[in-house]
Order: sequence, then C-alpha cells, then structure tokens
Amino acid sequence: MHRYIVSRLLLVIPTLLGAATLVFILMRLIPGDICLVRLGSGGTGFSTQALAACHAEIGIDKPWLLQFWDFIWGLARGDFGISMWSGKPVIQEIATRFPVSLEVALLATTIAIVIAIPLGTISALKQNTWIDLVVRTFSIAGIATPAFWLGILSILLVLDVSQAITGHPWMPSIDYVPIWKDPIRNLSIVMLPAITVGYRYAAVSMRMTRSAMLEVLREDYIRTARAKGLLEKIVINRHALKNALLPVVTVIGIEFAFLIGGLVVTEQVFNLNGIGRLMVQAVQNQDYTLTQALVMLTVTLAVLSNLVVDLLYAWLDPRIRLK
Amino acid sequence: MRRTLWRRAVCAAGLALTIALPAAADDTPKRGGTLIYMIPADAPPSFDAQREETYATIHAAAPYYSTLVRANPMDPGSPDLVCDLCTEMPTPTDNGKTWTFKIRTGVKFHDGTPLTAADVVASWNKIIFPPEGVVSPRQSNFLMVDKVEATDPQTVVFHLKFATDAFILALADPYAWIYSKAKLDQDVHWYEKNILGSGPFKFVKYETGQSIEGVRNPDYYHAGLPYLDGIKGIFADKQVTRVEAIRSDQAAIEFRGFPPTVRDELKQALGDKLAVQTSDWNCGGLITPNHKKKPFDDPRVRRALTLAIDRWGSAADLAKIAIVHTVGGLTFPASPLAPSKEELQQIAGYWPDIEKSRAEAKRLLKEAGQENLTFELLNRSTDQPYKYYGIWVVDQWAKIGVHVTQKVLPTGPWFAAMRAEDFDLTVEGNCQNVVNPLADVGKYLPHTISEGNYGNFEDEHEVDLYNRMLRELDKAKQKALLLEFNKYVLDEQAHGIFLLWWQRIVPYHSYVKGWKIGPSHYVNQDLGTVWLDK
Repeated sequence: MHRYIVSRLLLVIPTLLGAATLVFILMRLIPGDICLVRLGSGGTGFSTQALAACHAEIGIDKPWLLQFWDFIWGLARGDFGISMWSGKPVIQEIATRFPVSLEVALLATTIAIVIAIPLGTISALKQNTWIDLVVRTFSIAGIATPAFWLGILSILLVLDVSQAITGHPWMPSIDYVPIWKDPIRNLSIVMLPAITVGYRYAAVSMRMTRSAMLEVLREDYIRTARAKGLLEKIVINRHALKNALLPVVTVIGIEFAFLIGGLVVTEQVFNLNGIGRLMVQAVQNQDYTLTQALVMLTVTLAVLSNLVVDLLYAWLDPRIRLK
Repeated sequence: MRRTLWRRAVCAAGLALTIALPAAADDTPKRGGTLIYMIPADAPPSFDAQREETYATIHAAAPYYSTLVRANPMDPGSPDLVCDLCTEMPTPTDNGKTWTFKIRTGVKFHDGTPLTAADVVASWNKIIFPPEGVVSPRQSNFLMVDKVEATDPQTVVFHLKFATDAFILALADPYAWIYSKAKLDQDVHWYEKNILGSGPFKFVKYETGQSIEGVRNPDYYHAGLPYLDGIKGIFADKQVTRVEAIRSDQAAIEFRGFPPTVRDELKQALGDKLAVQTSDWNCGGLITPNHKKKPFDDPRVRRALTLAIDRWGSAADLAKIAIVHTVGGLTFPASPLAPSKEELQQIAGYWPDIEKSRAEAKRLLKEAGQENLTFELLNRSTDQPYKYYGIWVVDQWAKIGVHVTQKVLPTGPWFAAMRAEDFDLTVEGNCQNVVNPLADVGKYLPHTISEGNYGNFEDEHEVDLYNRMLRELDKAKQKALLLEFNKYVLDEQAHGIFLLWWQRIVPYHSYVKGWKIGPSHYVNQDLGTVWLDK
C-alpha cells in the first residue's frame, strides 16, 4: 500500500511538468500581454517608453527559455514567484483565497452527499414510480441548470421575498468574513453559493447513485441475502449501498477537485474572493506567473483527489488490491 | 467674447448636469458614520496612482491622498480649479511660463511627518521626469514643463517651455497624488504596495481583492473635514453583484456609473430612497481607420463611413440602453470651447439630413470604386459601451451597402492587434479626467506624436494646427482653432470617426450627501465632503 502511494505521488512530478510546459506556452500564445492590459485599462493610449519600462520591470522582455527556466526552477524550490499584476508573492495571493474556495467546496460536497445518496437510493428502490419520477426530474433539472444562473436567481429571490415580507430588501453579505471570526455571518455568506453549486453536484451524484443501485440490486448476492430472510434495511444498507457507492465516490472525488478551482462564475456572482475568481482575473490580466501557479495547484489537487478516491476504493471493496 | 463663451459654458454644463439631488442645498452636514461603497473592479494592480491607468486605484485609495490642485469638489465639472495642498491658485508670471504655488503649512502625512514643497516636487518629478524603469503613463501630458523646483519649504515653482492653458488643467490630474520624498528616496516603488498620504482618511487595512478600509484623519488640513468616521470600499467586478449590494443597502453608492437600465431597476426597487446624479462623461467613443490598409488610405472612403452614421437620430434611443448620450465632436460637449450644434452640423457625419448624408456617402464610395466595401471591425470585449457602439455602426454602415463583420477581443489582444496594425477599423475610447479641451484632443494626433493613436498616418498640417492651438492663450482664438481642428480631423481627412459621448449615471442611497457628480469618474473621489444623513 505504502509503495503504491509513493509511486502515485511520484507520478505527480511528470504530470506537473507537462502541465507547466503546456500552460507556459499557451499563456504566451495569447496575443497581448499584462502590460497592455495594465496600461490600457483606462481606455486611452500609452507610450512605447512606458510599455518597455513595464516589460522590463515584470521581466517579460527576457527570452522565453529564460522565463521558462525561472518558472521551473522556482517550481522545484516551491517558489511560484511574484504576481505580475499585484507584485505580491503568488503564494500569498493564493493563500488569501484558498480558504474561501475550500469552505464552499466542503459545504457543497456535504450538501451533495446528504441529498444525493438518500434520494438516489430511494429513486432506485422505487423505480418507475412517481417518487422515482420526481427525483429524476429534480436531478435532471440540477444538471441542466447553470450554477451561475441559479445563483443570480437565488439572490433575486431572497431580495424580493425579504422586500415583500419586511419592506426592506435583504441579501447575505458580500463582504466575506472567515468562519472563526463570525460563524453566523460566514455561513450566511457561503450557504447560498454552496447550495447553488451543491445542487448541481448532488444531481450528478444522485443519478450515479440511482444507476449503481439499480445494477447492484439485480445482483445474485442481493437475491441470496433476501432469500436468507435478512431485513430489507440490512440488505440495502450493508450489501447494496456499500457496493453501489464505488462509482459515486469517483464522481464526488472528481467534482471536489473541480470545485476548488472551478467555481469560476459562482464566485463572481456571489462576490466570493476565491480561487476561481482569482483564476479569471489572472487569465484576463494575462498574469503569467499567477495563472501558471493556479494551474499547478488545480493539477495537484486533481491528482491527489484521484489518489484519495483510489484509496477509498480499497476500503469500500476489499477485493480491490492496490499494487 | 470670452464672457459669452463662459456664459454658454455654464448653460451647457447646466444642461449636461441633470442633477437630481434630493437634499436641499442648505442641508447641514452630519458627522459620523461609515460610508460603504462599491468599487467596480477586481484588485487594482497597485496603489501607486502615478503609475496606473485604472480607476480601481483611484476609487480604492484617493481618499488617503492629497493633490496640489484639484477640481472643485462642490462643482467638479467647472473649469475653475481649487487648491488642495496649495494656499491659493496662482497667477502665472514670465508671460505665463512660471507658476508659483505656496504650500499649506502644518500639513502632515499620516505617519506624522510634515509635508513640504520637497515632497510635492519629488512627486511631480516622478510623474514628469520618471527615473529609468519607472512607469509614468501620463508623462506626455506635461510636455510643456521644463523644470519643477522647490525654492523654499513652502514654495513650488513650475517652469514651462511655453505658455499654455492646458498646463493648469493637466496639473489637476487626480492621479497626481503627493507622496513622501523620504519614502520615494528609500524605494521609488514603495507606493505600489503601501499607502501613506495626507488625505482626509487614514488607511486602515486592505483585504486583497475584497475590500479596503480607512478612518477619519483628525489632522486633515481642510478645517472641519471629513465628516465621515470611516470609509469602506468593496471590490466587485460583476455588475449584478454591485446592483444587488446597493439594492439591499449593503453599499450606499458606486461612483463609476451604471447603465440607464440599472438606474430604472434600482429606482423601481428603492423609490424615493434612491437619488440619481447624471452628467455628460468626458469619455467618447470613436472608430479609427487603419490608414495603412486599403481602401482606408483614401479619405473619400473614410468620409463615406462617417457620413453613413446617423448620430442625431440614434443618440436618444441608444441612451436608453447604453452609457452613451450626447452628440459631439472631438471636444467635450459641455466645454466652452466645444463647437455649437450649428457649427457641428457643418461637419461630415453631423449633417441634419441623414438621407442627404448617406447619398453623399454612396457617391463617395462609388467614386472611390468601393461600392461593395466589406471589412472587419475590431472591437474590445467590454460590454458598455464598446459592444453597443459596434453593433450600432455595423447596422448604420449596412444602410449604405457596406458589409462589416465584427471581431471582438479582450483588452490585451485588442491592444496587441492595434499595435501590430492588424485591423481594418477599430472601436476605441478616449477617456480623460479633468476636462482639458486643448490637451484632450491630443489623442487624435498622428502616432509619431500621440502614441495612443493607431490610425497609422502622418499629417504635418494637423500637428501644426494642434501646436498653434496649444500655445494660443486667447479663448476665442482657441475656440476657432479647435473648430478648425474638428473639421479637419473629422471631415476633411476623417482620420477618426467620432461616435457619441458617454453619459455618467450614478444611482445611490439618498442618505449619501455632499458628493457631486463630475464629468469624470477619476475626479472628486477623495470623499472628504461626503456625509450621511442617517
């Protein structure tokens, strides 16, 4: 097992190197650069002298190979460099935003699990009944509805309802506070985005749970368990659900890794200062160093979450041996 | 003549500024409270306004700084500037080439160190004569300045190469914050990451990309100001977030400006709790033809394209959905130096009869052998008002049989395409701060003179005309030269196709008092006079 984990972790290195090369080249293939964005943001012109000074200051006047070497050498030392936009260390920029995205991702995952597993199971058990129909409609709607649209709609709903009831429109604060400073205010801020994202996340997991359960319920060992006279509750919970969870865990793992850096639009709609919003800013501003670091972070999280999923497989199904 | 001009200016400004302030003028300011306002941007690149171009820096940190002179906070659209750090507006000597400013005594930076003429000179030298490796994007606005010096601890003297009315207006640049010489000497980049000024508010904290907070400066040199105990700016790039924040009273105001549809939406939701101030905006839209690309090297083709656009007939409708409003030439419409409507209507593209105008456009295209003209219009992927401009002109050109496709790019690639001369025509903007009619038209000069012009042409006559205008001190002659300049650039040569001037609409909670809208979102942002009627 230990050997397996180490070998999987070592695989992270070539994956990161490949991703680093790709993002380095792709960012520089986009026409324009950060200095054009910075100096041109006022909508007027600027001098070649100012542009040259900006290029020199940021270091993008150096040859690509030299820039790439700086990037890789920094990566090897755990130094992601300085954000070209803010001039602050990239690690500091990410560290400020990471807790926000992590909190929303954890909360959305919790919401998704709490909704998806029971509803997906019930839907499978009540296949082709009205209950199944309602659950399937609920899940398909979740997949079909974009999270950002649902986000805007939920804010407008809160505003309209509060105005109708109290006469004063209310919505959760848009100024984030950490949970350890003000838990109630913090939850009021992250709850709506977590529900918005969690719904879509739950919808995907719900459909996966339902189909996995339907498959498992037709297995011989389930029929045997029932023939032995086991209680239906035990058959479902102990024999069926545990086995049906394997693909569900995969979906949850992949979705969780996606949520850390992928809440691009949701974080914008709810004005959450997280990794997704930072990614949008970095790409828009053509901030090479910050974009590179964020892609590295996303890749690392994806690789690690896949590893955790594989380890969970072994725990859920002892027949799987990790070599 | 000069008096008539200024009277007309006041009338024009009165028409342009439709101010709907619910508070009576004799309201007595109340002290205390914290103003929470939205900043329509993500984190600013730095806090050094002298090196930045974005309003994100101004809206975030202007309340912590002072300037030498500034627009009048109670009438920011007026050309009559007032002192901030100086004691009185000087009269120039040496035939208008020497300007001597006396600096207030007893002014302190927020760390307690005194602010003297040396700090003012160090700040202005960084702007006008930046050391190597220091970016100063507005340096070219001060090409008339020869030297800045401190003759004693309370006196700053600007020596000019030539006298011009453009100088004093350029000096009121809201980006020209006064920094501590000691800090600049220590590290010329210090102000990029740190805030230390002498403005009405003291900086408290900055949550990267989220909010910035300040408290009242008890040592502020303008007696009795500021009224507020504190300020907090919240960054939000998405318009929907900012609108909802104002609607739910999480924020009282956003100073940049919203489209008319948002004003209506907020008015419907908040009723008389909402106040709205509106002004012409010192930002104009234009289309620049690339003279190096055929057939746009032919003035007949460029002229035909401007003749096809129905500015008078479209402005009112566009103003309902976009932040554009006023028909005008190259000069800010509320300026006393702007052409009158009658004068404007003599210029191609501004004729009152659009059918006649389009018939002439078709004739010119035929004469130039371009009856089936097809081209690509480069545009910037900024919703307001660039995309509206783009869609509008594509439709207008279709009416003379010209087929146009649009290529919309984000800011970086858009600039890159213009700099690489890789476009046929491009939609641009010209956004200035304090209205400076002579300097603001510098944008339309050939690229070798004005690097912000991407038309790729040379025109000695235009440069000569501009230089004469810049050095002219008689207002009536300035106006005549400006009209000639407008006619030459927009009609005769059609180097640029000017569209419509923007409108600035600021809806806000009516308990916010003491803030007056101006023709620029860069101006009047120190918030020293703002108070809350709560």
